[in-house]
Amino acid sequence: MSRAEAVRGASPLWTLGLLRSELITTFRRRRTLALLGVLAAVPVLVGVAVRIETGDGTSAGGGGGGPAFLSQIINNGLFLVFTALAATLPFFLPMAVGVVAGDAVAGEANAGTLRYLLVAPAGRSRLLLTKYAAVMAFCLVATLVVAVSALVTGALLFPLGDLTTISGTRISFSEGLARALLIALVVAVSLIGVAALGLFVSTLTDSGIAAMATTVGLLITVQILDQIPQLHALHPYLFSHHWLSFADLMREPVYWDDLTKNLGLQALYAAVFGSAAWARFTAKDITA
Amino acid sequence: MGEASATEPERRDGEATGDGVIVTRALTKRYRGGQLAVDGLQLTVPEGSVFGFLGPNGSGKTTTIRMLMGLIEPTSGTAHVLGRPMPRSARAVLPRVGALIEGPALYGFLSGRDNLLRYDAADPTADPRTRRARVAAALDRVGLTAAAGKKAKAYSLGMKQRLGLASALLQPRRLLVLDEPTNGLDPQGMREIRTLVRELASDGTTVFLSSHLLDEIEQVCTHAAVMARGRLIAQGPVSELAAGARGRLVVTTPDPADAARVLEEQGIADVVVAGERVTGEAPARDLAEVNAALVAAGVRVRGFGVERASLEDAFVALTGEGFDVAG
Repeated sequence: MSRAEAVRGASPLWTLGLLRSELITTFRRRRTLALLGVLAAVPVLVGVAVRIETGDGTSAGGGGGGPAFLSQIINNGLFLVFTALAATLPFFLPMAVGVVAGDAVAGEANAGTLRYLLVAPAGRSRLLLTKYAAVMAFCLVATLVVAVSALVTGALLFPLGDLTTISGTRISFSEGLARALLIALVVAVSLIGVAALGLFVSTLTDSGIAAMATTVGLLITVQILDQIPQLHALHPYLFSHHWLSFADLMREPVYWDDLTKNLGLQALYAAVFGSAAWARFTAKDITA
Repeated sequence: MGEASATEPERRDGEATGDGVIVTRALTKRYRGGQLAVDGLQLTVPEGSVFGFLGPNGSGKTTTIRMLMGLIEPTSGTAHVLGRPMPRSARAVLPRVGALIEGPALYGFLSGRDNLLRYDAADPTADPRTRRARVAAALDRVGLTAAAGKKAKAYSLGMKQRLGLASALLQPRRLLVLDEPTNGLDPQGMREIRTLVRELASDGTTVFLSSHLLDEIEQVCTHAAVMARGRLIAQGPVSELAAGARGRLVVTTPDPADAARVLEEQGIADVVVAGERVTGEAPARDLAEVNAALVAAGVRVRGFGVERASLEDAFVALTGEGFDVAG
């Protein structure tokens, strides 16, 4: 029985093959492309709006509300990256991740393709891990789409150059660019908790739409709970609570406290809901 | 097989599975709602057979197939496929099993070819270097080469069915499980599938074919099993199953009343007159004597013969009911 040996030998490479197939399938879905298109449009809208508002030469609403760094954009296009990430992180980005994660297993069950993957046999644990890896890849790609779109828009509409950190120190443009990349990575990692939650919800149902709606619904609920002061005891455990801590990367020196709390919380969500998804998916009767 | 049993210790606790490609013992599935879908199934599918799995819709065929493929955990009892217990040995067994379960399922936004590439990538034993060639061969085998680049959502039901079959044929298989493979196909397509099944069987592949179409089973299968309401009613070679129901003597005549009287005199049971057709249970004695008696009594005989019992007769005899959806 050399076949059994071959299975073992080919195993690591085969998992990569499955991951590659999963990535291709995820990113060729029209829904995925539409979500990325929406995300790419947000920085363009913000950039154009700021440009029009400040077209008469006055400074962009110095004090006012709006996402972080908004007032800085006029002086340096690089700040559009930070503004766009701050504007999309509360809702657009996690919603896109929730849709992709929620659909990951339930969508395949709904289409019936899940049973053919499982009799191929993909293996339940491996398929789930592959799905989670693909969703995390989507988190990264979605964040980079926002960042790159913002950078291009910022470069086209505003001047670029050295910039001032929140702490008031000056850093060079290239260091600013490196900080922007780091911030994009932190934002992508901030979405891991939502991704794990969505994947767990996805293993509970055979309807992709239901899983997507539930995940996005949970996202909104958590955001609302995070706004209610009476529930402050609960706040540190809500996956969105430390999201905007990425701004601390623009301090000099960087203020790590909230950043590490955020990363720890995301890891906790990934562990809890990842395990729950695994327990559910490996024991589930596939009747769809 | 020494290496395999060394790496698969669970093999030891599998009871003697004989030479059946599929062997189930007291296989039972009760769904969470309490509904008993499959009840104490004792199924044996001999190696090299084309095995017809018959039963009305809702009789537990698909639940059984899903248990055999490791998609559903049995409530009790055991299922062995290719000599190994399922679902525990799924990773070792399933690469050598091609399956079409409850119709094809495809990614509509991918082309037919890309659908097969994806399913092949999910098989740990599939060699990525030969993937494109094997996909092309499978497409060719089901006659889809010309439509391989089209998006699957533009496929007709028959084309989807063929693509599903192609995914079962990506690798050489020891067992093919085909659940209603001719669904949605036109008569020409059905004939092609039957030819394909015969070809595969002559290569030594065991084919497990579920259907609610009796003549389909009768035309291609060597063995059959009949399920109703979650229970196995009968199984065995098709010829034996059909023989279980005796054939009927049929006399065509313009004098049916006389013919019926003579047949009864000749000791033939269950004589039924329907227009110019008089039928009765085929007797054990020489039919020539019966015919001579009819002629001697002045009955004008236009036709005389025995209609072989069909599987449908056997089914009705077994279940005492028609082939309707079980409640």
